[in-house]
Formats: sequence, structure tokens, C-alpha cells
Amino acid sequence: MLVISCIKQVPDTTQVKIDPVTNTLVREGIPFIVNPYDTHALEEGLALKDRYGLRSVAISMGPPNTVATLKKACALGVDEAILLSDRAFGGADTLATSQVLASAIERLAQQEEVGIVFCGKQTIDGDTAQVGPGIATRLGFTQLTLVDRIEWLDLDQKRIRVRRKLEGRHEIVEAPLPVVITAVRELNRPRYPTVPMRLSAELTEVTVWDNQVLNLDVETVGLKGSATWVSKIFSPERDQGEIIGDGIKDPVGTAHLLLDKMLSKDLLAL
Amino acid sequence: MQSHPYFMPLLFVAVLTFCYSCYQRLQLVTVGAAENRFDRPGERLAGVLSYAFGQKRVLSRPFGVNHFVLFWAFLLLLVANADFLWQGLFPGGGLSALPEGIRHPLEFAFDLVSLLALVSVTVALARRLFFAPSYLGNEYTKPRSGEALLILGMIATLMAAYFLMNAARLAPGEGSWQPVSRAVSLVMQGLPAATLEAVALTSWWVHAIVLLLFLNLLPRSKHMHILTAIPNCYFRSLDHPAVPPREEFQMGNRFGVSGVEQFSWKDLLDSFSCTECGRCQDLCPAHNTGKSLNPRRVVHDLKVNLLEKGGKPLIGPKEEGTSCEEALWDCTTCGACLSVCPVLIEHLPKIVKMRRHLVQEKARFPEELLNLFENMEQRSNPWGIAPSERGKWISVLEERDFKPGETEYLFFVGCAGSFDSRAKQTTLALATTLDRAGISWGILGKDEICCGDSVRRLGNEFVFDKMARGNVELFRERGVKKIVTACPHCFSTLKNDYKQYGIELEVVHHSELIAQLVRDGKLKAPKKASQGKVLFHDSCYLGRHNDTYTAPRAVIEAATGGTPGDFERNRENGFCCGAGGGRMWMEEQTGARINHERVKEALKQEPDTICVSCPYCMTMLEDGLKDQGAEKVRVKDIAEVMAEALNDR
Repeated sequence: MLVISCIKQVPDTTQVKIDPVTNTLVREGIPFIVNPYDTHALEEGLALKDRYGLRSVAISMGPPNTVATLKKACALGVDEAILLSDRAFGGADTLATSQVLASAIERLAQQEEVGIVFCGKQTIDGDTAQVGPGIATRLGFTQLTLVDRIEWLDLDQKRIRVRRKLEGRHEIVEAPLPVVITAVRELNRPRYPTVPMRLSAELTEVTVWDNQVLNLDVETVGLKGSATWVSKIFSPERDQGEIIGDGIKDPVGTAHLLLDKMLSKDLLAL
Repeated sequence: MQSHPYFMPLLFVAVLTFCYSCYQRLQLVTVGAAENRFDRPGERLAGVLSYAFGQKRVLSRPFGVNHFVLFWAFLLLLVANADFLWQGLFPGGGLSALPEGIRHPLEFAFDLVSLLALVSVTVALARRLFFAPSYLGNEYTKPRSGEALLILGMIATLMAAYFLMNAARLAPGEGSWQPVSRAVSLVMQGLPAATLEAVALTSWWVHAIVLLLFLNLLPRSKHMHILTAIPNCYFRSLDHPAVPPREEFQMGNRFGVSGVEQFSWKDLLDSFSCTECGRCQDLCPAHNTGKSLNPRRVVHDLKVNLLEKGGKPLIGPKEEGTSCEEALWDCTTCGACLSVCPVLIEHLPKIVKMRRHLVQEKARFPEELLNLFENMEQRSNPWGIAPSERGKWISVLEERDFKPGETEYLFFVGCAGSFDSRAKQTTLALATTLDRAGISWGILGKDEICCGDSVRRLGNEFVFDKMARGNVELFRERGVKKIVTACPHCFSTLKNDYKQYGIELEVVHHSELIAQLVRDGKLKAPKKASQGKVLFHDSCYLGRHNDTYTAPRAVIEAATGGTPGDFERNRENGFCCGAGGGRMWMEEQTGARINHERVKEALKQEPDTICVSCPYCMTMLEDGLKDQGAEKVRVKDIAEVMAEALNDR
């Protein structure tokens, strides 16, 4: 049975700046990293490999330099790394991205049964959290988002029970395999690559699938297949704030002033 | 006297078993990996003269005098005992066949030296029994104290037997050249000749048997050091500080050490040279604060593991013959063990080699290091701050890029100096001080990458290797020749570790450069800035690892007009702040906190200011003072003290 981890190479956002003139991301000289949430998706796939002997595969869609990210996955111990790369896939939004990833997973499923697909809950560059659910919907897999713990996995019964981390509460849910799970940071502690694994990863060939392999309608992938496109990136301007009341001398009065203000601006409804 | 028929076979068997034990151990040492310790024979011999025959380090502690006496007595008595055995085989041969003019002075010397040996052995026995220092009486030494007492007892017996044997044979009025034996003979005066002969024979046999037992006990006890200490001094590391060698990152290689055979033969010889004197453990900051690490234990466990031919894991559970992981992570790499060991055992490189195995082959390390390793690899600084921020501190001054061919000194600011808000103040103080002296300096700004000190000491050689290669390439590209840095960790790494990358740089620590500028008259503090009562804390990587003790003190003196006070433990005996060896980035969960210990030591003297020369020490001591509720004591870098004096108009 396969356990697939979907990972994305993202710019190290702590180092990304927005060019104030062109309103685009300044990417020059910015190193790429594995999307932090995806490192947890990867780790969980590897943990299941270690524990149940499942075959672990990492897939990523991106330009050819994404090979670097997949080699990191190899250094951590995945059995196979597949890069989905084609000019036609470029400029994709989450809709088009999930289309390509789902089709690659389908292709893998033709060879071997897919049990679990792990994704990070979201990426740190797009922050949409849509690709995981997108894949699940396209494949007809059950989607278990925001998972912070796998309670148990029963490979005979082909069922899984997980804990979801929601705002202020946890939710324990059970589902039949196959499933798509999106990982939050609390799911695990990613491993560190050993040197022998790093060295062998450098020699490992990363499988590349382009659209000749996946054979998708070009209208459904890349920029053409995207329902959204970015027209402008900017830091929102904020109106000058104002200081109301005197909080230290009159906290109750100030609280009333604040409430009135919020009501008048329709930020609150009674 | 007739040769006893039993003596020859006895001697034969004893010498044979002794040789066999030695051969066995030598075989074990050759299990180790190759390492060239045969170069520069002149320098090596000079070291043997001073460390072994001069007992330089032994004498650094008051009680070492006793060992000095015993050591030289042993050397001389080696001749006497060889003669004793020879005459056992061939009575009337050996020294007794020499003319009186040579024989008598020799006998005089042996007589006197035997007394000295007897006295110092008695003193040693008394010390062990009645006033043992704490490091000889702990859970580790106690089980082996019996062995020490046995050996001392044997030596005392040998001496006593020697005097009795001589005295019983002295004819009345004879032996004026053997004053001690003669004194003993006076006590025995009047005994019948047969009794005297019986005493002589018995003491001869006691002497013979104890001597042969002693010979055979040597290789099987800590007294093996009698045989190995001198070679160990000869084969010592001539590099100071002793930096473990680079690793070659190729498929099929092993990384670090997880079994005795991966250590070098010198590492293994070290284990047979340990005298269990306990000085390393006495100085070790980890051991002193109740942690798992005891450097003496590490060496002892290596020996036990080797004797069991690697039958148990080298790194594993807490038991004899195995070093536990916790102990290996406790090390602050302060180098106290290295600097104090009388026989020049290299404890620290062994710990780093074992860490290398844990990190690189097992990916097993305290969890807080995961972030450090990722940050170092990804953003080349421990905090994971964007590299583009590295040069930001300079924005308060003019831009000062290092220009190839124009700038004299590269100011290697380092991670702390670039990113840590407190250390940035030191950086600025140094920058303004250099400007006042008219020194030409520049920085690499965002191009500078971490020197890699922490990752190297933590055993992450793979990441260190990348950083070192990156920096070396950058230095070559920009034509950097001279470097000044305010961090002893950057200083030592660039100066010593980078040599392994084929680059020899003229690296100075800011204390040395400022002291030089003061001496040259280029820096004159217009008014001495009083800092109240000042104590200076030695940084391990500046002091012990690089022998720089006077420069920082000279800077303080030039700036304040007064000689700074010293901690109780200072210079070679200094006590680490607790942050070296990557400990800066780790939790300290066991025992007392090292920085608390150090701060308490300072507070005894009620200082107003503690001066440091290292950003790590700064953090550790400031935190320690806060925790002890003594924030009123200020911690200042020597550069800050100097800058204050310069600006104090």
C-alpha cells in the first residue's frame, strides 16, 4: 500500500520582500525551503512506512529546480520521489494544482493501492489551504483536514481514526481508506537526515512526469486551468487610528465608547 | 649468596606474563585508525622532557611535588631493581662487580632515593586515607581506591624490604655510604648472625616477589601509565587547540565514532595512559554542576570497552565501558580537561567524535538542536533570522564594506554580533574604537556566513563543512588576509579550524588588537572610565584554547586605570559560562546551572562590573545575574569599557 506525501518548494518567506514599485515578490537570491507544514506531511508518511512497511512516495509540482526539495525528501527516506513538471503546469492556482497532483496520484494508484495522501494544511506562500481538499474531492477520497494525531490505523479493516485540531477543541473522526490528511505542526516532529542518507539522495534519480506522461487537457492545468489569477500584490494600507477615551482614568467609559464606535461602524450587532 | 634455583623460572614466568599483558594491550591500541603522530620529532621530544621528565603539569598542583619525587625515584630505582633481578640470577654480578669508586656513590644514591620514595609513598597513602580531595573520594573512584592502596602498599613494602635486606647484610662498622640502611642495621645490632641471615633472605624474597607482582599488576591497572605516559606525551597533539580532523563526505564512509576501532590509535593509547588522577573531573563544569559527564569516566569507559574488545556498545546505557548520550551532550568543550591532564590525554576530541556519530549517522540529538541545525543550514545563523539582516547594525554608522586591496582588516562580526541586541552594542563599541585608532576595516555584510563553531562542536560536521567551505571561498575571493573578531568562537574557528581547509589567516581577537593599539599609542583613553570593582571572566575559547590571558586584562587596565580582579578560578583553571560546545542552544536540565555557579563565584567578591570578551559569556552571565537577583552588577565587553573611556571627555 502506498502512502503519498505532497510537498511544495516555497521561497523562504522570512526573507521575501515585496518590491514597493512593481508590487511583486522580490525573489532574487531568496533560498527555497520545503513548505514547513509539508515537512510534517512527509514525516507522517515516513513514520507509517517505518511502522507498517507501507511504501512512501513524495510528489511535488513545480519548476525543474524543485528536484532539490525532492532530494531532501529522499535524504529523509522516501522510497520514491516524483516531480510533476511541465511548462503547461506553470502559473497554476490551487484548482489547477490539485488537478495535476490528483492525476499523478491516480496514475500511481493504477500500479499500487493508495492508502493515505498527506498534505501540509497550507503553504506559507499561498496560505489558501485548498490544495489538500482539492485533491480529495477530485479523487473522491475522504478528507481529514487539520490533523494533529493519528489515533489508529487498521490496515485489515482499512480504516483510520484521527484527531483534528480545531479552534478551541479537538474532534476525533474515523474514516475508511483511502483518505487525504492535511497536517498541522503538532502532528509530529520531523526527522533530521543522516549523512549517509544525504549522500545517497544525491545519487538518487528523481522521476519526472511532464504532461506527456500525465496527458491532461492543457485547458485544465497551469494558468489556463486556473480559476483565479493574481493581478496585484500589495501590503494593505491602513487608515490612521485614533485614540478614544482615557483608559487609565475611565476604563468603563472607554469600553462604552469603543462599543458605540464599533456599533456605529457596523462591526458589531446587538 | 647463592642464586636460588626457584628464582630463575619465577622470573621467567613473571617477565613472560608481563610481556604478554603488554603485547595484548599494544595489540588493542593498534585496532585504532591510522593517524600521523610521528611528525616534528624534535618538538615532540622537547615536550617529553618538559611534560614527562619535567612533570610540568603534574607540578601545577601543590601535591604534584610528591609525584615528582616518586617519578624520579622510580627512574633511579629502575637501575637498582634491574641490578637486583640480575644479581638474583647471577650473584656477585651486576653493580657489585663495579669498582668501589662507582659502586659506592650509586649505593648512596639508591639508599637515599629509596628513603625519599618511602616517604612520598607514605604521604600518598596518608592523603588517600585521611585527607583525600573530593575528586578522589566520589562514586567513581571509590571502587578503584583499593587498587591504588594496594599499589602504594606494594611500593612501600619494596622500600622496606630493600632497607631490611641491606641492613641485615651490613657488617658492623660497614655501610657508611648507605646511611639509611646503616641506621636500620644499628637497630638490629646484636642479633645472632643466623637471624640476620634469615631476615636478609626473607626480605630478599619479599622484595623479589613483590617486585614481580608489581610488574604484572602494572599493565592490568591504572599504573599502566608508568609504561604509557611517556609515549603518550611524545605522541600528543601538537595542534593547539586539538581540533578533530575533517571528515570526507563520500558514500560508504563512516561518520564519527561509534566503536573503539573508529577511534585513532592515539585515542586508544590515551585510555591506557589515564592515571585516574581526577584533575579533569575536578575542573569540568558539567561534572561540577552535577551532570552526567565526567571526562575521566569517558576515558575509563573507552579503556574498559577496548579491553572487552568492543563487546558492548561504546555509546549507550549508563554502565562501565559505555558512554551515555546525555554525558556526551553535557560537554561545553571548554577544554579544561585538556589543559589540566598531566599526561596530555585528549578527552574533548573523543567527545566530539562520538557526537559526530550521533548527529550524522543516527540523527539523534537533544530536540532543541533540530531548529539550530535547520537554521544554520538554511539561513546560516542560529536564530534563523534572514541573512539580509546581517549587516543592519552598521546602519547607525557609515556603510563599511570590505574592499579587496583597500581595506586592511575584515571585521568578521559573527552571528551574535550581528543579530543579538546586546552583542550588537559590543559590535558598535569595537567599530568606534577601531575608528578612533584609525584602523582600516570593513565588513562582508549580508555575504558573511556563520563560522560554524556551534555545529562543529556539536558534531554536525556535514553542515560545518559547508559553512567553512563557503567562508573560505569568500575570503579567497575578496582577498581577505587579516581578520578581527569580537567573538572568541569565531576567532578560534577561523584561526584554527579553517587551517584544515588550507587557509592561513591572520586572525586577531579584538582584545589582542585593542591591546596592541594601546601599546602602540594609537589609542589613548583621555579619562579613565571607572567601572567600580571589575572582575574579568576568561572565555574558554580565548583563554584555554588560544592562551590569550593578558590582552583582555591589559585593555581593561588601559581603559579603567586599574588591574581587573580575578575570579577564584581563572586563566587555565577558569570556569566556563556554560555556553560553549553548542550548549548555548540547549536546555540545561540536569544539576545546577553552570552560569549560576559562575555568577555565585563572582558575587562572593561583590564586583560592580564583570568584564567579558565573548558574546556567549555576556548572555550567560547577564542571565545568571538576573536569576540571582543581582542585576545591579553590570556585564560589559572589554570593547565597551574601552569605548566608554575613549568617549568620556
